[in-house]
Amino acid sequence: MIDEFGQFALVLALTLSLGQCALSIAGRVRRDTALTGAGEGAAIAAFAAIALGFLALIYAFATSDFSVLNVAANSHTAKPMLYKIAGAWGSHEGSILLWCVMLTGYGAAMAAVGRLPFGLKASAVATQGALAALFIGYIVFASNPLTRIDPLSVPAQGDSLNPLLQDPALAAHPPFLYSGYVGFSVVFSLSVAALVEGRVDPAWARWIRPWTLAAWSLLTIGITLGSYWAYYELGWGGWWAWDPVENASFMPWLMGTALLHSAAVTEKRGALASWTALLGIGAFTLSMMGAFLVRSGVLTSVHAFAIDPKRGLALLVILGVAAGGALALYAWRAPKLKDDAAFTPISREGALFLNNVLLAAATAVVLIGTLLPLIRAAIDGTPISVGAPYYNLTFTALVAPALVVLPVGALLAWKRADLAGALQRLIVAALVALAAALAVLALTEPRSALAAAGVGLGAWVIAGALAEAAERVKLGRAPLGEVGRRAAGLPRGAWGMTLAHVGIGVFALGAAYETAWRSETTEALTLGQSIRLAGFELRLDRVAEVFGPNYIAGRAYIRVTDPRGRGLCEAEPERRVYAAGGQDVSQVAICGRGLDQVYVVAGDRRVTPGGPAVLVRAYWNPWVRLVFAGPLLMALGGLVSLSDRRLRFAVTSRARVGVAPAPAPAE
Amino acid sequence: MTRPLQRAALALLAVALLGGAAADPADRLKDPAQEARARALFRDVRCLVCQSESIDESDATLAHDLRQLIRGQIAQGRSDAQIRAFLVARYGQFVLLTPKASVGNAILWAGPLAVVLAGAAAFAARRRRSGGEPAPLSAQEEAELSACCRPDDD
Repeated sequence: MIDEFGQFALVLALTLSLGQCALSIAGRVRRDTALTGAGEGAAIAAFAAIALGFLALIYAFATSDFSVLNVAANSHTAKPMLYKIAGAWGSHEGSILLWCVMLTGYGAAMAAVGRLPFGLKASAVATQGALAALFIGYIVFASNPLTRIDPLSVPAQGDSLNPLLQDPALAAHPPFLYSGYVGFSVVFSLSVAALVEGRVDPAWARWIRPWTLAAWSLLTIGITLGSYWAYYELGWGGWWAWDPVENASFMPWLMGTALLHSAAVTEKRGALASWTALLGIGAFTLSMMGAFLVRSGVLTSVHAFAIDPKRGLALLVILGVAAGGALALYAWRAPKLKDDAAFTPISREGALFLNNVLLAAATAVVLIGTLLPLIRAAIDGTPISVGAPYYNLTFTALVAPALVVLPVGALLAWKRADLAGALQRLIVAALVALAAALAVLALTEPRSALAAAGVGLGAWVIAGALAEAAERVKLGRAPLGEVGRRAAGLPRGAWGMTLAHVGIGVFALGAAYETAWRSETTEALTLGQSIRLAGFELRLDRVAEVFGPNYIAGRAYIRVTDPRGRGLCEAEPERRVYAAGGQDVSQVAICGRGLDQVYVVAGDRRVTPGGPAVLVRAYWNPWVRLVFAGPLLMALGGLVSLSDRRLRFAVTSRARVGVAPAPAPAE
Repeated sequence: MTRPLQRAALALLAVALLGGAAADPADRLKDPAQEARARALFRDVRCLVCQSESIDESDATLAHDLRQLIRGQIAQGRSDAQIRAFLVARYGQFVLLTPKASVGNAILWAGPLAVVLAGAAAFAARRRRSGGEPAPLSAQEEAELSACCRPDDD
């Protein structure tokens, strides 16, 4: 019954989204606030309806209602409750439903709290309604998660979920990732609306900023969770593989990062307006493309649950309609936008322009690398592979210069800046960076100049971001009381920027160090035998059988001793066999020391001349915690910036935010 | 089971069979220098049945077979280039994770470069359109300015 109620709610949501679009357009054309108000009401109601449909699906999963096809295929009574519920968004159908919940949720939020000018708001609500109708239509007609099984063939037990996916980080990964992906839909709608209204100006740039910040921060968290899951669950000791699925989430992130920076230029200087609008369309287009790549089965991966060409085609059509329509509108309207604010190369906007060029080129690297194998295979049938070696080289070559410029750009003034002055204020940061690079070069084995340069670059970005913050509060140049007053008076946006820049520096530091000096060892150990790894000693104490809630595991107990002979931990890696699906899964053990981690995987049991043995593979991952801490700092920076009073969704009347009067519409 | 579905199942299996993988002591070459060369090659060879893993990371049977094949060739004294050529002849370009520098692949490097150049061109055009530095104030403008505003108004 609840299932049928959910079905009804989904169809209702589709109808309401169509109504939202039609009412808003009619209201906009007739300049009738009653009609646009009804459109906004429909947006909120559509969210409520689809949320009910989603709750119905969660209920079906929680109660293991195997008469629902999706539950039978993706759940199992032996799963812990958390993973039963997470199963609701673990499948193809469920994840697209979650996508629609977010899409209508953002639409409802914009309708409810966005205080925008009449025309812009009506057009944006209409666009958001059209997007929602496209995706909900896909659910209702092609990918319904609430479809029942023929009553006579309802199974007694479900087909389980991949045990690799039974993990807290992974249960949380899709909601964060999707809230980021879909958050860009509001920016997309506002960009389309701005093009329709012929108005892309500083006020508009300020209106898109909170949505961009929210989407970007959540996407950052989502990607980090996914990366962390791959790190400790897949047992290969690495954290980023340039897998097409990872790339699919990384592209909107890169473009979102470019958007955050170009929107700042548009907001403060009125320049780059049409470029910002293009990025606003592009970020959500790449989000949709990511969903298409991951969910259509074009890529074979753990994410491609529903491999069904018809659905893939339907998603491609949705992508074509939404993105193609928006880009065509852009091609038609953008040339008419007034966008000729001049700036000199040595200025804040000059630096941000360079940032945008490099980020756009980095996005192109990931986009071409991900799509070319598909395109080549489709055109001339010669499949090629584009793997980590290509990305590592090309991507780093583009991002490293961006990081070199970052601290300088942040210290330059708008319009026309004093480069010598900015560099002077960065002397300490430069010395810190140099010292870090030299120390690493002198102290680490094997010696790697490139990695030392990477560490120096990370230190440069961190020290530069801190120098910029110190500059703002006049640290060292004013009495401490005044420094405190200034620090308290600084807008949250400034602190957010500092945090995010420190975060990218921390990430660069960790990534350079870990990549250069990680080490690995593999040995078949008999009981009592030990191996050495980067000075640590790993001794196999014993092996035992362990019974989990829905698996049986062989567990190795490995005593890890640090180079000074002090015990670090007892690592307990497992090999689990899940009874329901028969899958054989490795559970790694990780021991942390400071920023470093010892990562232990138990492999086959085998017989060696010395007796029965367990194959033990262990990684020494120095500074790896920085790789995950950096992005979290960036996300935190985004959220702090979002809490800035000047950026609150509601505080947008022009008089109060005090931006320059808008240039006249282009027509 | 459809073919893609089979591939997905194989990929999952490959992930699930994690064990000693590339550095299994039973498989290693005696000469550490040769073994290091083998490991470097493994990182550039795709595990054909996995998602986008190299044979260095994968535990699939096929990855194991390819590793042993490469180790065997290294032991026979073949060069890296010879081994790559052998793999490509047998499995096609697909097997190498670093795409070959060819006309069909040129866009991998030309595309991002074009973006950078387009950025530079857009910047130059913007500078030209806006006429570079604004012209200094004329004497009359100067007079009007001082008539209307005090200098310390800024």
